[in-house]
Amino acid sequence: MAAHRRTTDPARLEEIARTVREDIISMTAEAGSGHYMSSLSAVEILVALYFHELSYRPEDPAWPGRDRFILSKGHAAPALYAVLARAGFFPVGELATLRRIDSRLQGHPVVHRLPGLDASSGSLGQGLSTGVGMALAARMDGRGSRVFVLLGDGELQEGQVWEAAMAAARFGLGNLTAIVDQNEFQATGRVREIMPVADLEGALRSFGWEVSSVDGHSFPELLHSLTGGNGPGGKPRAVIARTVKGCGIGFIEGNLKYHSAPLAPGDLKRARECLEGR
Amino acid sequence: MRDLTRCTHTREAFGKALVEEAGRNRDIVVIDGDVSSSTKTDIFARAFPDRFINVGIAEQNMVDIAAGLALSGKIPFVSTFSIFGCGRAWEQIRNTVCLDNLNVKLVMTHAGLSLGGDGATHQGLEDIALMRAIPNMEVIVPADDPEVRSVIRYAVERDGPVYIRLSRRRTLLLFGDDYAYDHGEYPVVAEGDDVALFASGCMIREALIAAGELAKEGISARVLDMHTVKPLARECVLRNARETGRVVSVEEHSVHGGAGSAIAELLAEEYPVPMRLVGVRDRFGRSGSVDGLYELLGLSSRHIAAAVRNLIKAKER
Repeated sequence: MAAHRRTTDPARLEEIARTVREDIISMTAEAGSGHYMSSLSAVEILVALYFHELSYRPEDPAWPGRDRFILSKGHAAPALYAVLARAGFFPVGELATLRRIDSRLQGHPVVHRLPGLDASSGSLGQGLSTGVGMALAARMDGRGSRVFVLLGDGELQEGQVWEAAMAAARFGLGNLTAIVDQNEFQATGRVREIMPVADLEGALRSFGWEVSSVDGHSFPELLHSLTGGNGPGGKPRAVIARTVKGCGIGFIEGNLKYHSAPLAPGDLKRARECLEGR
Repeated sequence: MRDLTRCTHTREAFGKALVEEAGRNRDIVVIDGDVSSSTKTDIFARAFPDRFINVGIAEQNMVDIAAGLALSGKIPFVSTFSIFGCGRAWEQIRNTVCLDNLNVKLVMTHAGLSLGGDGATHQGLEDIALMRAIPNMEVIVPADDPEVRSVIRYAVERDGPVYIRLSRRRTLLLFGDDYAYDHGEYPVVAEGDDVALFASGCMIREALIAAGELAKEGISARVLDMHTVKPLARECVLRNARETGRVVSVEEHSVHGGAGSAIAELLAEEYPVPMRLVGVRDRFGRSGSVDGLYELLGLSSRHIAAAVRNLIKAKER
């Protein structure tokens, strides 16, 4: 199957998002594990990036002029793998190998194993720092590359995220965008009950970031917030994307029971029916 | 007998070597955790201000920023105090730098007991064990200025992570300006046949003093500069073990997981000979003079000589 083309057409993006959701539930069911709930909340964000916003060459994944993307919430790897496959970085058929011992699709992304990845991740809290390093390198080299980092809202509990937030503002990294997939859940419960940032927008602003808040499942809102940049010397940009964990499959949305337990065969059938609109 | 009074300043040699290498290689950048006047990367900062990044007091961020720079083709040198760089940022070093064999160089200073007065929190006695345990990482402890220069050049040329351990303390000048680091061979700094002493950094001077004392008793101790803990110079260790029949490791580090452990792991499997490990034995340091701490924690020349005597007696029995 040919790679999907980039588009600004919301209907076309919706169609790609639906395909990616099917990929996610199929590959995690096949693997018998994998964080499909956290993957499903990030689908529109990733599709907006890879099918609209980011500059890259699937046939030349190491092209120095490309924009960079770091999945700091590395447990959403199934979503990223599905998007990379659909964007043409590797065969879609390889998605079924997720988590197998001979697979390039590790449980959490490992950059030297798979073309299309820009950084490894999995240990939460590190991606924004790596993004700061990439944004600094792009500026030193006079490259126009932009850097996008996707974080989870639970992940913001890692102190290193705020070290990186300070650094990005201090270094004036207008080529860096952090997106927070705010699905409001972490492993054992709701973020707001476990360890919330009282005022996330205010916190990021006080750290020196330009902040916007969008519906993380709305392509028009995502495209609007992700487009362009502030240019060199500007403020780093944060997009808080309000999302639903498990989005797209009604009976699992926001249901903690499904945090990481694999979908049983019956659930899988129901999930596919949900995505087909039945 | 070697002159035991000619000292070198390895941190300053590091700062100058960075400037020299950076003049030839525009990809070299330096990341500092706001200790550049102590690590001597301030020498680099003055020469190349646009390639010097002070991230403040944030070691975890520092290491991952370096990873991002390396993923973009830079050769980042990360430098701070050993205990904080290797300790606080260990998991960043493991999961982000070493997992992908990223081209990040960690040059950590003030290792061992060299920050005597600052006490236990600032003394790094576990860094070699921490770094040695991670796949892809190399661990080097250069002894003097010429070795630092040569090791920094090696680090620039190697494509992958390297941990370079430096002391705050002045060290003994061992080599000439033409010295060339060879990771497969430990230089012999004192000849001898009865025992091989594998020492590194500041411990080389203590080992040489011990060798001098032992010579008066008719014991001939060979002293080697064990500049590299990983990869271990296996053939060199085995050859010296065969030639002398006795081995003593001497390190300003815990005996758990350090250079002595690396030697013992090899000898246990390949060529078991009687061995003693001189190092810190499951203890923290405390405030005090460095020499006082060597004495307190069992690292002084006196302790080294005692270990050798003990070993020779044990073998005779």
